[in-house]
Amino acid sequence: MKIHEYQAKDILAKYGIPVQPGKVAHTPEEAEAIARELGEPVVIKAQVYVGGRGKAGGIQFGDTPEQAREAATRVLGMDIKGLTVEKVLVTSKIDIKDEYYLGIVLDRKSQAPVVMVSTAGGIDIEEVAEKTPEKIIQQPIDMRWGLRPFEALDIVTRAGFPSNILRQSAAILAALAKAFIESDANLAEINPLAYTTDGKVLAADGKIVIDDNGLFRQKEYATWAEPEEANPLEYEAKQAGLTYVKLDGDVGIIGNGAGLVMTTLDMVARAGGKPANFLDIGGGAKAEVMYKSLTFVARDPQVKGILVNIFGGITRGEEVAKGVIMAQAELPKGMPIVVRLSGTGAEEGRALLKDAGLDWGKDMRDASEKIVAAIARTEKGL
Amino acid sequence: MSILLDNTTRVIVQGITGREGQYHTRNMIAAGTNVVGGVTPSKGGQTVEGVPVFDTVAQAKAATDANASCIFVPPAGAADAIMEAASAGIKLIVCITEGIPVVDMTRAMLVVREKGATLIGPNCPGMCTPGFGKIGIIPYQIFNPGPVGFISRSGTLTYEVVSLLTGAGIGQSTCIGIGGDPIIGSTFADYLSLFEKDPQTKVVVMCGEIGGSDEEDAAEFIKTMTKPVVAFVSGRTAPAGKRMGHAGAIISGNTGTAQGKVSALQAAGVPVADTIFDIPELVKKVL
Repeated sequence: MKIHEYQAKDILAKYGIPVQPGKVAHTPEEAEAIARELGEPVVIKAQVYVGGRGKAGGIQFGDTPEQAREAATRVLGMDIKGLTVEKVLVTSKIDIKDEYYLGIVLDRKSQAPVVMVSTAGGIDIEEVAEKTPEKIIQQPIDMRWGLRPFEALDIVTRAGFPSNILRQSAAILAALAKAFIESDANLAEINPLAYTTDGKVLAADGKIVIDDNGLFRQKEYATWAEPEEANPLEYEAKQAGLTYVKLDGDVGIIGNGAGLVMTTLDMVARAGGKPANFLDIGGGAKAEVMYKSLTFVARDPQVKGILVNIFGGITRGEEVAKGVIMAQAELPKGMPIVVRLSGTGAEEGRALLKDAGLDWGKDMRDASEKIVAAIARTEKGL
Repeated sequence: MSILLDNTTRVIVQGITGREGQYHTRNMIAAGTNVVGGVTPSKGGQTVEGVPVFDTVAQAKAATDANASCIFVPPAGAADAIMEAASAGIKLIVCITEGIPVVDMTRAMLVVREKGATLIGPNCPGMCTPGFGKIGIIPYQIFNPGPVGFISRSGTLTYEVVSLLTGAGIGQSTCIGIGGDPIIGSTFADYLSLFEKDPQTKVVVMCGEIGGSDEEDAAEFIKTMTKPVVAFVSGRTAPAGKRMGHAGAIISGNTGTAQGKVSALQAAGVPVADTIFDIPELVKKVL
């Protein structure tokens, strides 16, 4: 789960990492009031879940509270990569002398969080990794201990941080590691870690991604969930307990099991169609889940037909068929549906579908070809 | 022969008194698996599906001499269950649980490695050796004993491809769903090395998917193998940055793309099936 910069900074501050004072504002008036309260020049930063805010004009300055209001007026409501800015972080402006990078990311290969530190801060770390990988020091965290102070100090020293900020940056790095582990993070980044002209070291920007699997025990962070993508359907699906990913095409796709659904998308593409979505109903789904999934997929205005591909194990074919039949009445009139059932309850399910006049495919390929052809026919008005 | 599961395997089920645990214990026994006991704290002394229930894995191991465990414990306690099994000296641990926090898995893996246990999963359907039984939730009836070692990151896709193989008259030695999480126990390369040494296995079918670099690592290992491998990679149409169901199935930057995996496998001399329907033919060619 992505969270906003202001939320990430709240977490960092909780672990003793210095951040600029600031608050989040939803209106220009709030921004003005916060700037007045801070009593110094401020930065207005758009709070959206995408990078490249600065380039898009989502970061602006205000030397007075009035200017802060004007800046917030410009930033609020702005569209950044398809996302509307609904809140801004109003925070004290700082004079940055040098910028550094501190990051921790879950690494599949070492099966541990890996610390990444670089003196090349303020820019995209993937770019640094590509062009000048020697500028990044990497080290997996030994999960028996967490990142110990001497290790943090060793890492920032090897990364070439200047001597006068070694102690502070090591303490910040160790705190970041603690925050990562205790918050069930997948990613925690301070970029840049700023060294200001008045000699302070602080997190000028923060990014944290929380592991969805950890949300059951990160109760406060779980309440921060918001639509993450430009498409609100994905957020709604998540709230409804469906694993749904919006794609660009017009063939709605529903199946059971992530690997099977992914393979179905590939098969539809091979049959000349373009998948509109990924929807995994998981194991053991009942008719209601199937019904909910179909009506959900059909709400995407791009969808012109739906393919249901189920390999029955704990999911039963007749339950799937019942759900499809229930949903049929509520789908746009004439929208083609092709169902492919195999395994447990497939015979019973197919009989139900036949009685309801619904089309079915004998296997995944046949079903994919049928739905693509059916959509093409409806398009031509046949 | 087969790998990991044979007639010496004695299985306990952690979380045996839960709905899933009980249901799948019944199915495992029906498939011929030697289930010798189960574990649920505070339920010791009960009997489930004719096998004794213990409070701890240590007790279960002492009483039954179990050497394998199948875990159906809910996400919050599943990593602890893995560590409990490994610490008690269980050598084969199959964790079905989906949704384990990844931080917990980083800790569990330390214990698994230290104790020298083999962990299949988590977030996996388990494994099956036709003729001996299964550990996990794979539908047993789709299998036939034969020469194909089968490894896959996914559940239902495994069932789909195994059905195609069985339908084409090609049987299997051992089938393993390795798990869809970013951190899993054994990886493709680990299982490939076991299949390489298994006399029954003549060819390995490997079904990979987008995300991570397990398939690329496997390709490196395959270069050292004498047995042929046939592969399939799903997620060719998946866009970058979108998690396709499995927590592990996500393309980030240039890593984890289907094309990268296909190229790496082909460079190792592995025929990569365009669709799952081409897999039986490719297997027949190398058998």
